[in-house]
Amino acid sequence: MAQLEILVYPDERLRQVSQPVAEVDDEVRSFISDLEETLSSLPGCVGIAAPQVGRLERIIIIDVSSKPHHKNHGHLVLINPIVTFKEGNSVGREGCLSVPDYTGKVSRSKNIEVRAQNELGSHVMYKMVGYEARALQHEIDHLDGKLFIDSLVGKRNDLKKRTDF
Amino acid sequence: MLTLVGKDRPGIVAEISQVLFEAGGNLGEASMSRLGGNFTIMLMLHMETKKESVRKLLEPICEQMELFFHVDNIIADLHQHIDPNFRLSVHGADQAGIVAAVAGTLAKSNFNILNLESDVGGSTEKPVYIMHIEGFLDCSLVELEKSLQLLKMEKEIVMHLVAIDTMVG
Repeated sequence: MAQLEILVYPDERLRQVSQPVAEVDDEVRSFISDLEETLSSLPGCVGIAAPQVGRLERIIIIDVSSKPHHKNHGHLVLINPIVTFKEGNSVGREGCLSVPDYTGKVSRSKNIEVRAQNELGSHVMYKMVGYEARALQHEIDHLDGKLFIDSLVGKRNDLKKRTDF
Repeated sequence: MLTLVGKDRPGIVAEISQVLFEAGGNLGEASMSRLGGNFTIMLMLHMETKKESVRKLLEPICEQMELFFHVDNIIADLHQHIDPNFRLSVHGADQAGIVAAVAGTLAKSNFNILNLESDVGGSTEKPVYIMHIEGFLDCSLVELEKSLQLLKMEKEIVMHLVAIDTMVG
């Protein structure tokens, strides 16, 4: 196991589209262990994507279990994730390991259904809402070479009470 | 810190920033707002000159554009952002003292206001005051909400307090 170095904007690799994982083998699992160790070394961080450490493959980890007031599925390794359903919209504040010292508001779908493979290669499906759905969309954006600062919404907001800031 | 205030019209930011750039200035963080038809901006500016030279540089263009301006030496203190953990939205019939009452109550709890923006909306006859405050206080939502209860009743204003839980990924 090893902690991996986080790439920081404007590193060009963060802008590239990651490739699907062809086979979930021991080498991939070994990388996932390193990615997990990297994520767990970063307090307050609820997700990480492989391209953030320079591996341009469609692998993400999300873990919202440290914030139990948000509905979540705990620790998830998602390989080749595909959003198969999305609805609703909410604005919330996001930050990113790859964009230090900046947070901003981003509009995301409220409800998400995602299909992926887990670290054993099995096919899995999750329905996510709110904060966890936001984390998932943030990480999938990394796989497509997008950062949250590409999707910022204006500073001024309406009076609607929001639940997942 | 460069502050500019005046009658709004298109092109002010472009002209001012061009003059500063051509004189070797480098802009940092900035905040521009149109407040009741007035153009306002605060700009962090780094220049290898004295304050007086910045003034001399800006005098002709500001006179031409009818802008008041002000220059202060500051410590840059960049890369020290504090993330807000609460957002308070306030609205009600416009009346003097809303900001003082809300900010005063928050200050008593040691709440640090990081962003504040407000508008006067509604009609001329029935103006409505709308304010958004974001800030930081190390306490729970319930505790902070409790400290605002009394104010809600006294001032007849609507207040929505929400926790801001920044998602970092």
